[in-house]
Amino acid sequence: MQAQNPEGSYASPNVNVVETKDGYILEAEMPGVAKEGLEVSLEENLLTITGRRQPGPSANLLHRESNTVDYRRVFELDPAIESGKISAQIEQGILTLTLPKAEKVKPRRIAVN
Amino acid sequence: MTLTRWQRPDLRNLSPLRRVASLRDDVDSLFKLAFGYLADPKLENGHGLQLMEGWFPPVDVYEDKDNLLVKAELPGLKKEDISISLDNGNLTLSGERKQEEKHEGADVYRSERWVGRFHRTVNLPCRVDAEKIKASYSEGVLTVTLPKAEDAKPKQIPISVK
Repeated sequence: MQAQNPEGSYASPNVNVVETKDGYILEAEMPGVAKEGLEVSLEENLLTITGRRQPGPSANLLHRESNTVDYRRVFELDPAIESGKISAQIEQGILTLTLPKAEKVKPRRIAVN
Repeated sequence: MTLTRWQRPDLRNLSPLRRVASLRDDVDSLFKLAFGYLADPKLENGHGLQLMEGWFPPVDVYEDKDNLLVKAELPGLKKEDISISLDNGNLTLSGERKQEEKHEGADVYRSERWVGRFHRTVNLPCRVDAEKIKASYSEGVLTVTLPKAEDAKPKQIPISVK
């Protein structure tokens, strides 16, 4: 499975990950990736995000600093995350994933009578 | 006469790993000596650190017959936080990503995204028509289209062979 996509052919996007009491929020920088080029997949507890760049302009390239390869990064999920409720959106090159925790693992205050 | 490998006496008892560590410390202290005052956040209006490790968004430059195209990867900015200026054949892109405070009280696991100011200058390879420069921002990529000045465009001069 992994042999099909050798590590070297992808760039790892920079991410911010925070945990709140309701779940996790993951933001990944994928400039040049539109909604159509984005793929988020979940296999067991591994979440894979893949972003395909749009082809560059047909003009003659004089100078390049941007990465030519597509983005990919794999994350191992906390088992507390309710995988059916993961949602994703991309805006101006930032993919935001919202990964809510299952109700039963959220901290709860129990009133003492 | 016998030849023995010369070794600095103070390193003789160190394992190779320790020697690397000691070299690393030496290099670190050299940098601190040279740039330490720049890394002091109290100096330079709090931007001192950025002189050492700033945010340099990648810039690509393309050219076709009529235009120069400058593209910069600036994910997650607001249009109004990007500024573009042209001065004497130098195109400057600058702006700032502000720290977002929306996840207050959250535990931070990874914080790899840059926050702060950026400033990139591109020396344009030919003269452009400053009045007709256009810029657009989509998918986190800024694209500046700079039409070439009439006298900078390639011209084809027909020469008749006799």
